[in-house]
Amino acid sequence: MSGPITAAALVAAFEQSARPGSGPAWLVARRRVAMARVAERGLPGPRDEDWKYTSLTPLLEVPFDLGAGDLDGVPSAAAVAPFVAGPASWTRLVFVNGRYAAKLSSIHPDARGVRIGSLAVAIETEPDALERHLAPPGDEGADAFADLNAASWVDGALVQVPDGAALAEPIQLLFVATAPGAAALSHPRTLIALGKGSRATVLESYAALDPDAYLVNAVSELALDAGAELDHVVVTAESPRAFHLGRLDARLAAGSRLRTCAAAFGGRLVRRAVRARLDGEDAACHLSGVAALAGQQHLDTRTVVDHLRPRCVSRQLFKNVLDGRSRAVFSGRVVVHRGADGTDAHQTNKNLLLSDDVEADSKPQLEIFADDVKCSHGASDGQIAEDAVFYLKSRGLDEAAARTLLTRGFAREVLDRIGSEPVREWCDARLSTVLREGRVVEGGAHA
Amino acid sequence: MLSVRDLHVAVLGKEILHGIDVEVGAGEVHAVMGPNGSGKSTLAQVLAGHPGYTVTRGLARFAGKDLLAMPPEERAREGVFLAFQYPVEIPGVTNAEFLRASVNAVRRHRGLDELDAIDFLALLKQKMADLEMDPSFMRRALNEGFSGGEKKRNEVLQMALLEPRLALLDETDSGLDIDALRTVAAGINRLRRPDNAIVLVTHYQRLLGYVEPDRVHVLAGGRIVRSGDKQLALELEARGYEWLEAEAARP
Repeated sequence: MSGPITAAALVAAFEQSARPGSGPAWLVARRRVAMARVAERGLPGPRDEDWKYTSLTPLLEVPFDLGAGDLDGVPSAAAVAPFVAGPASWTRLVFVNGRYAAKLSSIHPDARGVRIGSLAVAIETEPDALERHLAPPGDEGADAFADLNAASWVDGALVQVPDGAALAEPIQLLFVATAPGAAALSHPRTLIALGKGSRATVLESYAALDPDAYLVNAVSELALDAGAELDHVVVTAESPRAFHLGRLDARLAAGSRLRTCAAAFGGRLVRRAVRARLDGEDAACHLSGVAALAGQQHLDTRTVVDHLRPRCVSRQLFKNVLDGRSRAVFSGRVVVHRGADGTDAHQTNKNLLLSDDVEADSKPQLEIFADDVKCSHGASDGQIAEDAVFYLKSRGLDEAAARTLLTRGFAREVLDRIGSEPVREWCDARLSTVLREGRVVEGGAHA
Repeated sequence: MLSVRDLHVAVLGKEILHGIDVEVGAGEVHAVMGPNGSGKSTLAQVLAGHPGYTVTRGLARFAGKDLLAMPPEERAREGVFLAFQYPVEIPGVTNAEFLRASVNAVRRHRGLDELDAIDFLALLKQKMADLEMDPSFMRRALNEGFSGGEKKRNEVLQMALLEPRLALLDETDSGLDIDALRTVAAGINRLRRPDNAIVLVTHYQRLLGYVEPDRVHVLAGGRIVRSGDKQLALELEARGYEWLEAEAARP
């Protein structure tokens, strides 16, 4: 089945696929509810407030293979190697068009009781163990694509860390797209659940083996029990023609800490939505994002942070380097609910404009229903400071080297928020592939 | 080493320097003194190639080459170094990374091999120890959050690494406490060699107590109104600048 994406076509493809009746009853019911909502609400359009600045037109013009995702053949390890982070000792799960590729993966459980592997396999093995997770998105803030993922996901990663365990090394979840021929559509679903007081670092990376058009419609669910600490990084190095709609749903229990950083170095259209619920006292989340965009690339970042309990802290830092005719949209919403006294929330969005033809929109929103609250936000757009260029030149650096260094420095402030040094360095190396000669190179990270 | 003739400089169409003549020979230290707004910093910045200033007349030659024809990075590679009065803060770029890029840009120009990370680190540690700088400054973002004194020390560190043939120090002594002044002065004196030259731009005499100048020039109203030996600096310290400004204003 090939054709443009419409709600009706998606519903039809869903009904014809194996999905409606597969898995335990609770999951089947959730899939059906989610798909019914897609049918009812349709795809988002320009009249939806959440999609006002991001047009889906380029996506809707692409004929997709709606029955795809079932394609045979797994790429070679050599084809995937350029996207692999860290040494062989890291646990790595590789997914090809959203399906687990055991052959390309390697699992080194370094803590007793840690479950790492394919989500589909986990459900088959213990059908009811994950029922408290994988809930379809609520009405608020979610859209048809989140529902579509909830209904249609085939596979994804499961990282479940038991109480008190600490993983010594990062885990890489690598999602590669390969779409020779018809454009493929995949809905990877990831669940990272950390038990009480446990700690982990997870790098979720998206890459393309071919420079084709495809759609990745990803949802990752992060569940942190009391006192857990997660260092989470998402790198989207999609192909220059690809569409990436990614959603992160995080729930934090008391005293837990989440750092999550999204680095966007590729893709025609990338939308990253983050929803963080601070649902226990003294929880803290650091949300950050960095992008280097050129050509006609479009990045849409939207965050919603719910402060539900007292004394939680949220920090947000999102920075974009815009070149060519690219566009970045940032919408950051902080809701301090009744009773969330002592909330401390701060949000910053900064854009570095390297061309006259770029556009950056920033929309912060604060909604406060509690007392004794510290909330602030700031946004700025700017160009490279000429006094800084002169300073570097006066030390022997040429114009391009000076501008590259300054641009990288601007973006680095975000990467510096990543807790794990090897992950940070890997991201920094990706960054340097897209920032060259003081400009953003479109598709630099993909090549 | 440096030869400046009848140098006129304007910024935004307004002339600030009205014909400067200076000859700085190899092995010499010159001090350029003067009241605020006299044009001292402008002179230093113009010689380093700041794009905000326009040379409307005159020339400046450095080691026989036309300095004014070179872009700032080429001047740096040829051996001109400006220690900034207000060093720029650059977040996200570590001091070590910047310094290595700078040292290697200069080395490439001079036909030397680039230093790898290990060799560079050894050199950097040595130079930082000379200036009594905490090694943690290597990892910190360039000048970001540095105190005034730390910034000045970092400028002198850059100078020590680049080993310029002509060092222009723009009020490097301002904002330094007495201990820092002594350390910075020692750093400047280490650079003093028969084959290079140093120009100290300063408002006060106190640095000159540590780095003894061969010549002192007083700049007022965009002109050199008097030149002399180190005694002139002491005279200025005692009498202030007003008498010279008054003399200069006389037709």
